[in-house]
Amino acid sequence: MNFPQIVQYSLSGITVGSIYAITAIGFNIVYCTTGVINFAQGEFLVVGAMTAISLSRVVPLPVAIALAVLLTTALGGLIELVFIRRARDASVLRLIVITIGLSIVIREAMLHIWDETVRSLPYFTGTTVSTITILGAHISPQILWVLGVSAVIVTALTLFFRFTTVGRAMRACSDDRMAARLCGINDRWMVTLSFMLSAGIGALAGCVISPVTQTQYDMGAPLAIKGFTVAILGGLGNSMAAVVAGLFLGLLEAFTVSQFAAAYKEVVAIVVLLLILVFRPSGLFARRDVSALRTA
Amino acid sequence: MGKRLAVVLSILIVGLVLGAPQSPKREKSPKQKAKQAAATPIKVGAIFAVTGGASNLGAPEQKTAMMFVEKLNSAGGINGQKITLIVKDSGSKPENAISLTKQLIDEEKVLAIIGPSTSGETMAIKNICQEGKTILLSCAAAEDIVNPIASWVLKTPQKDSDAVRRIYQTMKDMGITKIGVVTSNDGFGVAGGAQLAKLAGEHGITIAISEVYDKQATDLTDVLTKIKGQDVKAVVNWSIVPAQSLVAKNMKQIGLDVPLFQSHGFGNIKYVQAGGEAANGTIFPCGRLLVAESLPGSNPQKKVLMSYKQDYEKRYKEDASTFGGHAYDALLILTEAIKKAGSADPAKVRDAIENLKGVVGTGGIFSFSPQDHNGLNQDAFEMLTVKNGKFAIYEKKK
Repeated sequence: MNFPQIVQYSLSGITVGSIYAITAIGFNIVYCTTGVINFAQGEFLVVGAMTAISLSRVVPLPVAIALAVLLTTALGGLIELVFIRRARDASVLRLIVITIGLSIVIREAMLHIWDETVRSLPYFTGTTVSTITILGAHISPQILWVLGVSAVIVTALTLFFRFTTVGRAMRACSDDRMAARLCGINDRWMVTLSFMLSAGIGALAGCVISPVTQTQYDMGAPLAIKGFTVAILGGLGNSMAAVVAGLFLGLLEAFTVSQFAAAYKEVVAIVVLLLILVFRPSGLFARRDVSALRTA
Repeated sequence: MGKRLAVVLSILIVGLVLGAPQSPKREKSPKQKAKQAAATPIKVGAIFAVTGGASNLGAPEQKTAMMFVEKLNSAGGINGQKITLIVKDSGSKPENAISLTKQLIDEEKVLAIIGPSTSGETMAIKNICQEGKTILLSCAAAEDIVNPIASWVLKTPQKDSDAVRRIYQTMKDMGITKIGVVTSNDGFGVAGGAQLAKLAGEHGITIAISEVYDKQATDLTDVLTKIKGQDVKAVVNWSIVPAQSLVAKNMKQIGLDVPLFQSHGFGNIKYVQAGGEAANGTIFPCGRLLVAESLPGSNPQKKVLMSYKQDYEKRYKEDASTFGGHAYDALLILTEAIKKAGSADPAKVRDAIENLKGVVGTGGIFSFSPQDHNGLNQDAFEMLTVKNGKFAIYEKKK
């Protein structure tokens, strides 16, 4: 493989990997505050993209995307208020099953609202054939948008969790919910906020990848599975690790295609997940003491 | 109180689920008067991929079928008998097609089944229809559907082997010998890939690299980068899923600037729209429906094509596609055979189909025989291309 080809495969891998990473971060945010894996996470990406596509016919694109993100954030909050909060005393397993049911309901609702047609947002800059050259590799400018938006999301979240009061309150809830409550933090609103946040970043990610991957009502489930794999790979609850794990999986898939038959690309992710679950179930980057404490 | 409420809710939900209609749209003929004893409606089933990856095929097929049956019934039906069309949505999944087929054959006892939309689904139900002695008029393309021949199974789309032959002939004219092939991992892609490999040698084409991608793939830049590395002079893509547009876009984006040939699965303007500028210049074999206006008046198919196109576009306010045309042809052939046989007896109708010659449909002019359950040859195809986002007849460059 010559250098431009390596760059080409790497860019392809990083693009896909950053989408996995964002989905995984969405999983992590909710898991941190509630211990629940929200399997409806994948649907948020699709809802956000579909809403933006419909809105972009009446308002300019940036406004459409902003509105779509807000609406999906509200949807995330609504889901938490109606379904998760009521089931307060339910076991984690029951809540997970509820989220699986929710993902199916959302998918069917999308089918009825938007039908089965494949749609996409227009490319943010350029057209379907624009291409720019980086280090000898050719990519669509939309790829840079994907990478840029992903980086912004990760950075913003890190700053949010580290430096804002609300962010630190959420981290307190995830460390020890009872202690946080004793400190006066309203843990129930933190849970709602975590759903809203993961829905919002999911919607933004869905909008930015829509020109690249095209959006169809049932795209959410395969994406959720990949995102979940990445979240486990990095260690549940660790968002920085999710980013690294996501990029790693994306690159692994891209270079698998370069060496082996492309038909085996999907096998890689599953094999990696199996290996992790067997040898290091707490994830590549989990600290052993943390995984011991987390018994829920 | 809470427990009782839960019980009531559960009963309500179970009742709703059981009572909910099972098919998206159900055609029912108007109530028959008891006096017209001979006018019992003929039941025809249809399985289309209205949702799922093949929805660009199944949705127009469903709309066309409903339009055809309504028109036929309002004209009095066949010899006074109306058609009851029962449409089921398979969601593009072969497993669903199997259970729906069993429902149609065992419970509804249909005379014939139109569809399914895809080759994968058709191959899954081929034996069931053969054993159930129910006529199957598939709207899918793979040659395997009629080769080996099953006496009850027929298809209306042109053969994928003929599509491959037309593509290779065009390549020869263009002086292309080294190509790359990408196919999807569903029945249509696999069958097409096999035909491409089989017929390459006799046309002087070398397939330098052949890759399979997942039908739900959302990004094909890595597969196409691998193809680019082999320095091919053209790329052939064989799939029916939205990934067809992805191939076109990704090729231009990574700088793979060689001609792109698509299969006859490209015949819906939505794939062109999804591909935007990247779709311009695509070359593919297709039925003549898409360029009906540009055909000379002497073309035997022009009248049927224009009438179908205008009816469909007026009623549904969207462009007609060749896929809807396959459903039209299937119903046309079935109803012509019922007229010819003078009865709705399955075996008589099937024999009548096998004796149909020169039936002008949208996909071509059909002539069946006991050995030929497709009725079309290479001439059913026209080589088309995309110019400025619209379909046009492909002109050979001198």
